[in-house]
Amino acid sequence: MRLFRAHVLVCAGTNCSLKSNKAVQDRLVREVERRGLADEIKVVETGCFGLCEQGPTVVVYPEGVLYCRVTPDDVPELVEEHLLKGRRLDRLLYREEVPAAGAAVSAGPKAFQTVPEMNFFRGQVRIVLRNCGIIDPESIEEYIANGGYEALGKAITAMTPAAVVEEVKASGLRGRGGAGFPAGLKWEFAAKAKGDTKYIVCNADEGEPGTFKDRLILEGDPHAIIEGMALAAYAIGATQGYVYIRGEYGLSIDRLQKAINRAKEMKLLGRGIFGSKFDFDIEIRTGAGAYICGEETALFESLEGGRGEPRLKPPYPTDSGLFGKPTAINNVETLASVAQIIANGAKWYRGFGTERSPGTKVFTLTGDIVNEGLIEVPMGITLREIIFGIGGGVPNGRSFKMAQSGGTSGGCLPAALLDVPMDYDELAKAGAALGSGALLIMDDTHCIVDIARVFARFFMHESCGKCVPCREGTFRLHEFVENATKGKATPQDLQTVHALARTMALASLCPLGQAAPVPLLSTLQYFRDEYDQHINEKRCPTGTCRGLATPAKALSAAGKGA
Amino acid sequence: MKLTINNLPVEVPAGTTVLAAAEKAGVRIPTLCHHPDQDVKGVCRVCVVEVEKSRTLQAACAFPVAEGMVVRTNTAAVREARRVIVELMLSRHPKDCLGCARNRRCELQALAEELGVRDVRFTHIEKKHPKDESTPSLVRDPAKCVVCRRCVYTCNEVQAVGALFPAYRGHETVVVPAYDKPLLDIACSLCGQCVHACPVGAITEHDDTDKVWAALADPKTHVVVQTAPAIRATLGEEAGLPPGTLVTGKMVAALRRLGFDRVFDTDFTADLTIMEEGSELIQRLTTGGTLPVITSCSPGWIKFIEHFYPELLPNLSTCKSPQQMFGALAKTYYAKKAGIDPASIFVVSIMPCTAKKFEAARPEMNASGYRDVDVVLTSRELGRMFRESGVDWGRLADEEFDDPLGRSTGAAAIFGATGGVMEAALRTAYELVTKKELKNLDFVAVRGMTKIKEATIDLDGTKINVAVAHGLGNAKELLERIKRGEKTYHFVEIMACPGGCIGGGGQPIKTTNAVREQRIDAIYREDKRMPLRKSHENPAITQIYAEFLGQPLGHKSHELLHTHYTAREKV
Repeated sequence: MRLFRAHVLVCAGTNCSLKSNKAVQDRLVREVERRGLADEIKVVETGCFGLCEQGPTVVVYPEGVLYCRVTPDDVPELVEEHLLKGRRLDRLLYREEVPAAGAAVSAGPKAFQTVPEMNFFRGQVRIVLRNCGIIDPESIEEYIANGGYEALGKAITAMTPAAVVEEVKASGLRGRGGAGFPAGLKWEFAAKAKGDTKYIVCNADEGEPGTFKDRLILEGDPHAIIEGMALAAYAIGATQGYVYIRGEYGLSIDRLQKAINRAKEMKLLGRGIFGSKFDFDIEIRTGAGAYICGEETALFESLEGGRGEPRLKPPYPTDSGLFGKPTAINNVETLASVAQIIANGAKWYRGFGTERSPGTKVFTLTGDIVNEGLIEVPMGITLREIIFGIGGGVPNGRSFKMAQSGGTSGGCLPAALLDVPMDYDELAKAGAALGSGALLIMDDTHCIVDIARVFARFFMHESCGKCVPCREGTFRLHEFVENATKGKATPQDLQTVHALARTMALASLCPLGQAAPVPLLSTLQYFRDEYDQHINEKRCPTGTCRGLATPAKALSAAGKGA
Repeated sequence: MKLTINNLPVEVPAGTTVLAAAEKAGVRIPTLCHHPDQDVKGVCRVCVVEVEKSRTLQAACAFPVAEGMVVRTNTAAVREARRVIVELMLSRHPKDCLGCARNRRCELQALAEELGVRDVRFTHIEKKHPKDESTPSLVRDPAKCVVCRRCVYTCNEVQAVGALFPAYRGHETVVVPAYDKPLLDIACSLCGQCVHACPVGAITEHDDTDKVWAALADPKTHVVVQTAPAIRATLGEEAGLPPGTLVTGKMVAALRRLGFDRVFDTDFTADLTIMEEGSELIQRLTTGGTLPVITSCSPGWIKFIEHFYPELLPNLSTCKSPQQMFGALAKTYYAKKAGIDPASIFVVSIMPCTAKKFEAARPEMNASGYRDVDVVLTSRELGRMFRESGVDWGRLADEEFDDPLGRSTGAAAIFGATGGVMEAALRTAYELVTKKELKNLDFVAVRGMTKIKEATIDLDGTKINVAVAHGLGNAKELLERIKRGEKTYHFVEIMACPGGCIGGGGQPIKTTNAVREQRIDAIYREDKRMPLRKSHENPAITQIYAEFLGQPLGHKSHELLHTHYTAREKV
């Protein structure tokens, strides 16, 4: 193996790909060659680094210097300065607004020299994302070099399937797709279910708006999913796995397929893995982008070739899932955690996070936040630490209004709840959910009723139409909120919509309909006065809802006057 | 399993649903998408109940009982949810109950009444989807559809046709034919079983009563009516009589009072069908023809095989259905005998069937030189005409059919139930082949609601294997058996509708399997009641061959009583 004096890592996640990262990478390779440095410096394409807002990002190791918003034209200077002369190119360094402790107002930007110094990384614990942005996701050798497939080898050669189940159970790992069901328990059910044919399915449908963690994990570290699935298959007694990925995730599908092919070539998938009698293979199936297909039984229907609609439960998937066989279905992030748990032990994993929500959680930060992107933090960190510590706070001098946690079906948390610990149970108490790990931050220019309208429209569009409460209820929720934004809703409508919301939450067939009223209910709970202004006074305090009266102050503040 | 429902203890076997357990405990839970003959769908959510320790309400129709379960069906949360759900449905459903074919027979209407829904809190926004009147048989009105999926179940699981399926999603979800095309343009059997599945008026028969009223009012038109074998066992239900009531004589009397010039009987041509089809069977058996011979009386079945098994069309009997034989003879044999210009004869059929409307409209059904059958009415449409005209069933005295097309046997009567055509054919074939008298006329092995019935009959040394299927899903299963060639069949009866014609798509609402059983009983009572029970003993049949047709499978028969089939697209 050749040794290089420096590695230049270019992020090739989807977000950076949208910002011409490929041109930057090509230019880097050409520039390095042109200057005769090809033997000393290696340019590596990596998965997502997490700082999507700042992309395309380039990190130069061994120092770990992060350069942001790099354009192809910056490359000659970058190579000249950093790689030839050993001087950091100051103008491309990452800068962060450093807020005074706890305050929402910035104390001025500061340039950070290296990755470990940055607030963005300092608060993170990277278990799932440990390889993302570090290794070339298309190289199985790099994955193995960083400890990959050791856990699978250990499990197959030194552990019984039951011991694998026990280890995952002991780790307290809970489903990262949103529901938070203990993964080990799920595997135990599937392992104990009667039947010769069992399946492991990886849910990579990731339909929550503002969530792109699974995508970036798949792009950044596809072998971690393969290894996690193989471990799950070994644990439950499955020989076939399926990854259901939404069809829009072209790069994820590409990289995962390449990874599957390489794993097969290396005999890490297929017959007799690690010389044992354990056979396992993985197939990718793509979805057509319906939100409902992230619901596990609807996913099965779609995977089997049917209309994507949820099934009645019971029976549960571990008894009768895909093709009617016992099936363990886990989210990408859950499966990506497994190898690390097996490799390092449950006790190690429990060293992160909280008692009832051990480990780490990957969040996607979007909306009015400085560092839009992908982070991984220990469970139990407060919302405030995420937004104002790692996330760099609210930009443009605006103040924080609310954060929606857990995707579109999540609750909206006001500033008063910024200190809520981010774990399954604490968020549930606050009427929100950890959900998929989406965190949508909104500043004070946004109208809460208008935001609720957008969410309601999403559900109206994505309801599968199978059961009445969801099919008609999502239509009516939207009708109500839209009427409110036009000044047409009445206090009586508000009463009706409460009855409707209760009915949907209690009587809908699947979690989509049950959760659809959550954003409305939580915004009603925390921002009732804003609804009252729309409904009773026909007034929109932020000036967002056209046609309603708006205070002049709000107009100028929101920059929406004239 | 022991559980309590509203504090009432009840014990039921494991696997029982909460709904069934509640029924046992004497607790009524309202339902809509639930149907006694169908698997659980659990989509309308009207039957939600509280189950202790459950985070959400549970659909009683789907949720299995558990030991020690505590169920409550009448709490504030349950009542609110049920009401909101029904209001949600009503707010999207047309408010034209008074003009709806299902007025007073509508399950949504009944549900709203049961739950005491007086006003709907949501603004009324009807679904917008055009009516489909493309076929002569059925009218679909998706605007009325409540997307309960009962028709989807029937069409896919019971009938294996797969014409109906939900399309689009969310509040735009609607049950439509493939590609949202008109029903006529896709592979639909037109059996009309979806009508029975529908709780509301979203699928109904195509109403042709106006054409009949007009013909009856025209003094220059000689209007004759034929009644299918199954009608006499079901029509009473249109008058509020219990299922299984036979109304043969009253039906004849009532038809006369409506003004029909002659009241004839499809049973006559059912007997004739046995002569022709029985002869065809014997001919194919003895001359090495295509076997098995498969019956061709059921037009829903014919359209099904034309779409999905065109390779088996040579197996079909070439006999027209009794309805079409009747039409062809009414405008030839009868016209000549009665000295009436066939151009002025108007043939009305009273059928259990929506597919019969399509059959009568098939281009080849003009052997008489005219449209052989002018109008087909279902028993539901006739029921409406009777009600409109003020027929008082209680005071009607029985009357007899007119001659000569009104004479029939018990063998014809049983055409109305699954296995009946087979049994009637066997009664005749046995005697024609063996020249011996058949002592026991009852071939019970081919009767009843068993999905596929098989028997081996000994015709004096010649053993023939017969099979009977009713409902197109069962028919499909039988056809696959035939195609696999595991067993040699000689004669096969297939009826499109479960239970045969008594369960036809044009029969009174409500037609369930329990009702079908009662109607089948009535059919066999009618058979027992008839003085003659073998088709070849019908003197009117002997007469028509002597005076007009010559002999079975003869030249005239070929011209008037036999037909051909058309392979159709699978989609």
